[in-house]
Amino acid sequence: MASSVMPTSRRGDGHPSPAAVSTVGLRKSYGDKTVLDGIDLRIPAGSVFALLGPNGAGKTTAVKILSTLITADGGQAQVAGHDVATSPDGVRAAIGVTGQFSAVDGLITGEENMLLMADLHHLSKREGRRVTAELLERFDLVDAAKKPAQSYSGGMKRRLDIAMTLVGKPRIIFLDEPTTGLDPRSRHNMWQIIRELVSDGVTVFLTTQYLEEADELADRIAVLSDGKIAAEGSADELKRLIPGGHVRLRFSDPAAYQSAAIALREVTRDDEALSLQIPSDGSQRELRSILDRLYSAGIEADELTVHTPDLDDVFFALTGATNVPNQPKEAVR
Amino acid sequence: MSALSLAVRDSNTMLRRNLLHARRYPSLTLNLLLTPIVLLLLFVYVFGDVMSAGIGGGGADRSEYIAYLVPGILLMTIGGTLVGTAVSVSNDMTEGIIARFRTMAIHRGSVLIGHVIGSVLQAVISVVVVGAVGVAIGFRSTDATVLEWIAAFGLLTLFALAFTWIAVGMGMVSPSAEAASNNALPLVFLPLISSAFVPVDAMPGWFQPIAEYQPFTPAIETLRGLLLGTEIGNNWWITIVWCLGLAVLGYFWSKSLFNRDPK
Repeated sequence: MASSVMPTSRRGDGHPSPAAVSTVGLRKSYGDKTVLDGIDLRIPAGSVFALLGPNGAGKTTAVKILSTLITADGGQAQVAGHDVATSPDGVRAAIGVTGQFSAVDGLITGEENMLLMADLHHLSKREGRRVTAELLERFDLVDAAKKPAQSYSGGMKRRLDIAMTLVGKPRIIFLDEPTTGLDPRSRHNMWQIIRELVSDGVTVFLTTQYLEEADELADRIAVLSDGKIAAEGSADELKRLIPGGHVRLRFSDPAAYQSAAIALREVTRDDEALSLQIPSDGSQRELRSILDRLYSAGIEADELTVHTPDLDDVFFALTGATNVPNQPKEAVR
Repeated sequence: MSALSLAVRDSNTMLRRNLLHARRYPSLTLNLLLTPIVLLLLFVYVFGDVMSAGIGGGGADRSEYIAYLVPGILLMTIGGTLVGTAVSVSNDMTEGIIARFRTMAIHRGSVLIGHVIGSVLQAVISVVVVGAVGVAIGFRSTDATVLEWIAAFGLLTLFALAFTWIAVGMGMVSPSAEAASNNALPLVFLPLISSAFVPVDAMPGWFQPIAEYQPFTPAIETLRGLLLGTEIGNNWWITIVWCLGLAVLGYFWSKSLFNRDPK
């Protein structure tokens, strides 16, 4: 069983290293609702892995299982070389978790939260105070240290949360939607923090619903949809999975829409939205040719947008448009 | 670190966390103290003359009723602090920090043990405060020896410990603080239908078994015996059996609730 559930990767130096996280056929359901339907993952130590998916895709459930908070119904999972089912304490000693909802004690101060973590990691009083002071400084929480954590802003709570996670010097950190609900500045701060973690050699398992975030931070991305991994790879690999860019024309007049569809060849029609999609690399020459043809046919589009492929396309293509009602359907094609 | 020293160390950390909560936010504890003190004053000063006529075959005065009442009020004080325990456990379980504790390599039971010891300490302090009020209005332990004092203290502590485990379980099954407060209400209600205020003999015949066969009555009778020298009879071991039974039940109940997968 060992070899099949604990795949190894070869580093540049040729020594095989166990994956920080690996799962085989991980399953979980609540009642008759299947949340995870056979998840296979392999995350090399020292990398950043992003689990990307819409709300309800099962991201948080995956983190909960891997961080020993809940048990899986089937399949196997190993974290830091320990099986989550049979050796949860081995896993716990190696990981740090920052959940979607703040895992801080709101009734006590930020500093007391940190000292609590130091005590639970069995640091000496002196060491605990040193680590606390250092992390409060690093996460810009010195001024707020003596205030109750429930009075903190969302960004401060999240920083305290991560600071608490770091007290135990975990080798693997799970960050469940670390930037959800944060303002843009706090989000960029959080990204900076995550990058620093990686440079310390920590393995980061990140869940997010923001493609930009996965693109910014992750070495590898898995797209989770309806409890299954829909695709996995680097951001570039995923972008290659979908067709290239396109120009989209939208009309309000059905007659103009029809004649444009005839005038332009190679279009993808969306009769309901009265919009046309023309494959294009977005270059000036191609745009001009489209505009020329429209001009000579005497058609005026109500809206023209140039779309270059990004992770959003991959995301919507793989997770299905039903999860994103506001997104135009044609973007997935 | 051995399993035991890990358990002790982590439980101690959790206890300090709970005491910090209690110290920072004392209003809940103080509110719960108010009920037994108000009842004590009400029954002694407002109802005292009438009530004392009904005990000891009539002709007793108010000071005798104080003596009768205080042991029951002391146990009722513990019943009140249990509401606080259930509420704070319920609140705590909805906090994200509990999820964090579950993913840390700490002694699994330490979260609950911290709550239990913290609550028992609060119960004991509350009993001391209410007892002091009792003494201030004239309660005197007539002929208790040092040994009986120690036994009385032990009884109160054991009683608090047993019921705290039950209250912890009640807090854990409660989805909200309001629900926890409601679920723990029977623990406040039970002493009202025990021998705390009037002797069981003075109750209607059909009701007497209800007052008799519940944990508060034997505990109150035992405490009366220890402090005032009244007849204890079988009550002492009945109390101990109740306490041990409830403690074991509450412990395993709470533990299995805590080990359940969180939602």
